[in-house]
Amino acid sequence: MSELLIKNGVVYDPINGVKGEKKDICIRDGKVVEEVKNPKVIDAEGMVVMPGGVDIHAHIAGGKVNAGRLFRPEDGRRGLRPRTKVCMPESGYSVPNTFATGYRYARMGYTFVMEPAMPPLAARHTHEELIDIPILDNAAIPLIDNNWMTMEYVKSGDIDLLAAYIAWMIRATKGYGVKVVNPGGTEAWAWKKNCDLNDAVPYFDVTPAEIVRALAEANERFEMPHSIHVHGNMLGHPGNYEVTLKTYDLVKGITPYRDRPVMHATHTQFFSYGGTTWRDFESKARAIADYVNANEHVSIDIGSVIIGDTTTMTADGPMEYSLHQITGRKWTNHDVELETGSGITPFLYSGKVSVHTLQWAIGLELALLTKDPWKIALTSDHPNAGPFIGYPILISMLMSKRRRDESAKEMHSVIFDRAELPSIDREYSFYEIAIITRGMTARTLGLHEHGKGHLGVGADGDVAIYDISPEERDAGKIQKAFLNAKYTIKGGEIVVKDGEVVSAPPGRTFFVTPECESGLMDEMTAKLKEMFANYYSVSLANYPVQDAYVPNPYEIRAPWRS
Amino acid sequence: MVEITDVVCPLCGCVCDDIVVEVEDNEVKKVRGACAVGKSKLMGHGRIKSPAIRANGVLKDCSYDEAIKKAAEILAAARRPLLYGWSSTVCEATKVGVELAVEIGAVIDNTASVCHGPSVLAIQDVGLPSCTLGEVKNRASLVIYWGANPTSAHGNHMKRYSYISKGYFLPGGKKDKKLVVVDVRETKTAKMADRFIQVEPGKDYLFFSALRAILYGHEDVVPDDVGGVAKKELLELADMMKETPFGIIFFGMGVTQSRGRHNNIINAIQVTRAAHTHTKFNIMPMRGHYNVTGFNQVCTWETGFPFAVDLSRGFAWYNPGETAANDILWRKECDAALFIASDPVSHFPADSIRHLARIPVIQIDPFANPTTEFADVVIPTAVSGVEAEGSVYRMDGIPLRLRKLVDTDYPSDEEVLMRILEEVRAIRAKEGE
Repeated sequence: MSELLIKNGVVYDPINGVKGEKKDICIRDGKVVEEVKNPKVIDAEGMVVMPGGVDIHAHIAGGKVNAGRLFRPEDGRRGLRPRTKVCMPESGYSVPNTFATGYRYARMGYTFVMEPAMPPLAARHTHEELIDIPILDNAAIPLIDNNWMTMEYVKSGDIDLLAAYIAWMIRATKGYGVKVVNPGGTEAWAWKKNCDLNDAVPYFDVTPAEIVRALAEANERFEMPHSIHVHGNMLGHPGNYEVTLKTYDLVKGITPYRDRPVMHATHTQFFSYGGTTWRDFESKARAIADYVNANEHVSIDIGSVIIGDTTTMTADGPMEYSLHQITGRKWTNHDVELETGSGITPFLYSGKVSVHTLQWAIGLELALLTKDPWKIALTSDHPNAGPFIGYPILISMLMSKRRRDESAKEMHSVIFDRAELPSIDREYSFYEIAIITRGMTARTLGLHEHGKGHLGVGADGDVAIYDISPEERDAGKIQKAFLNAKYTIKGGEIVVKDGEVVSAPPGRTFFVTPECESGLMDEMTAKLKEMFANYYSVSLANYPVQDAYVPNPYEIRAPWRS
Repeated sequence: MVEITDVVCPLCGCVCDDIVVEVEDNEVKKVRGACAVGKSKLMGHGRIKSPAIRANGVLKDCSYDEAIKKAAEILAAARRPLLYGWSSTVCEATKVGVELAVEIGAVIDNTASVCHGPSVLAIQDVGLPSCTLGEVKNRASLVIYWGANPTSAHGNHMKRYSYISKGYFLPGGKKDKKLVVVDVRETKTAKMADRFIQVEPGKDYLFFSALRAILYGHEDVVPDDVGGVAKKELLELADMMKETPFGIIFFGMGVTQSRGRHNNIINAIQVTRAAHTHTKFNIMPMRGHYNVTGFNQVCTWETGFPFAVDLSRGFAWYNPGETAANDILWRKECDAALFIASDPVSHFPADSIRHLARIPVIQIDPFANPTTEFADVVIPTAVSGVEAEGSVYRMDGIPLRLRKLVDTDYPSDEEVLMRILEEVRAIRAKEGE
């Protein structure tokens, strides 16, 4: 029986309403308990204690992440760190190797990360990488929106069969939910075309709007822990905020299975653009935040920009091609039969460029203008708007108006004309930071019921202890503290001490098993068999992810809602 | 007699996964659906019978314990060890290989180094607009094989994935598709082509440059003859590329290992990008061994780099030309080599092989090959995909799981490597004391 007592720390545990109280945390055998008898003691006097961080959206594993690593040895060289007694060598900045991914998140006090874009046909690859990411518990959401089967059921209007299909897909991929990326547009990209929200998808005669609505309905046929997770149409286009708001409106009125939104709209910064071209480009964060403030059916994560060089990657193939055309930098594309696609290109966010400056402002504005922090999550859409290692910078920006003002002065002057950021005075508290990095993300993913994102009795013993006074407002000190936790505890085991990884146990993979009535499943499977016999390049029997790829499983059952 | 369906073939980068195998008395008796080479691999042939250690110039049979101990001693004592091969084994073995490389500060490299390594360098320069093979099957009305001869090297490639396969948007199969072959000689594949373009040896780079100029609208700068091909032919090829709604170039070692090497591939990829300004165009390397792609994947996610990774500094250092297998061999730096699932003695330059004769060599392989003649320790293993299961990556990056079809007494590659690693750690722990 291993016991741990964290005493005298100032605890921020939003799910349990603990707002900076001096409180002891007791852990026995990996779980939070009421009391301990003979524990190892950590004295957290004067320090900030939070549950382990839960990242709702970061591309950390799978085919496109690895394609990013493979074609950017120059990024690999930024971040070399030799092996230690417990650690494998680290490499990479925007596309770190799997080991570095685990160590760096752990150093920042994170213990769970969601890989938000798993191409079903290559799901085994995603899982193979997740196995090699130490420490972090994890999950991955399969892409199910550009799939031919999805579009056929959307066209026929058969939501129950669509639900059977997504159930099969989530089970086959050991996935966590339903991911949507440029619905219809990625299929169109196979012909070098793209789709706006109400365009017909070539040859399939459905619109992206119909796909989104149908998937949201199908998702709610089950007791799914998470809503559909949506990267909509027209990402990165000037003036796209109108499409974004229309996309949110599509799912209004759908009843979620429990008290959560029906759509999580991800990396919203890229969807909050005004103007008609890059010349009159402007922030529309206010319009998006107003909508989120006034509605309960949508949650967002910010996808905030971190100034510097990064590697962009998404299943939104046409978007990456546009970006490559703008920069002329190298470009990889990988379309996946019957399902999805992907594009990858390096990108430099520069504070001297007007558009990048506005993008930077928009992400922060979204966080500062959304009144209820339970509706937003801190992300950088790693590595798209910047690598996750920049989160402490974002936290310090949100907590310090002074830091934002100092940064704005260094950036393109457009920020004073076409963004609202310089006039916003709000500063986040430690409690609010805990919400957008733990409470909200765990709750939105439904993980709070499975021990993540809080420190109530029965929760996982995942704790981050930051060596910083709860009174501290100095942005530099805040950034430093959040970059290297004093302690990170995972499942009751100390994995980071004084900012160094001291133990690297394997993480667990969470997956959802939607339960579907067998008649529906049989009818759907008959059609699926045809698809495999005629159009897939692999056999149906070799398609589902075998148990060997999830050596440390955590299953969440999602019964059919009667 | 037991029939096993959906068997995954452990031969070439096609990784066909619809093979039917009949097993009787723990032996594969019949194979349906595989090409001739794949069938031969699945049926099994001459195996190394026993582990062996060379003494006085002769390989002498020994136990696995003895061979593994000897291998570990060699590696633990080496200052500049090389771990090479990996392309015909599963990813699980590669993972242990990377761990071993980190433990002993080795250079780890795979056969891509002398195969599609130049393609990797090109991708690092310009990227790779590509797709899965099913996309080709369903959509590609123009298929170009360039310096590749799938009828000999990738037996089922055209039938399963490209020219001969029927697809969703091309239900007529080859009736709906056009096949173009560019090569220095009229191969069997070329004989099937709607259009065969014979380019002079070593002139692919010129040819790509001319085609690229035409696709970008600069045909006026192209001379009447490019590498032995008339301008008219080039213009017609460019038109075919512009007009297809979805086209693909498959390229082979005819361009990666001929004069120009990675520069050829950079140019080929840029041709693809030029065609992509008109229509959807893709390009894909015809990867050879069934898991050459898998090694590059695992090595990339674990070390950050795809091949030729030097771990002697404790972190990963990647610089092909300095850190590839042949670089450290012909500089005579390497002082011990472990070869797994490959045959470098048949494929490396003479200078490298001369050096191999001077240093201790460990071979892990189910089959004897010329490398066995150089080996000081030989450790036979199970045949992955027949006697052992595990992950592999198809040439288009699609991961599949090899199946185990029959039982065996041979240990798997992964198991042998794991035991070597444990033994190395034990030796080093003792040294540390």
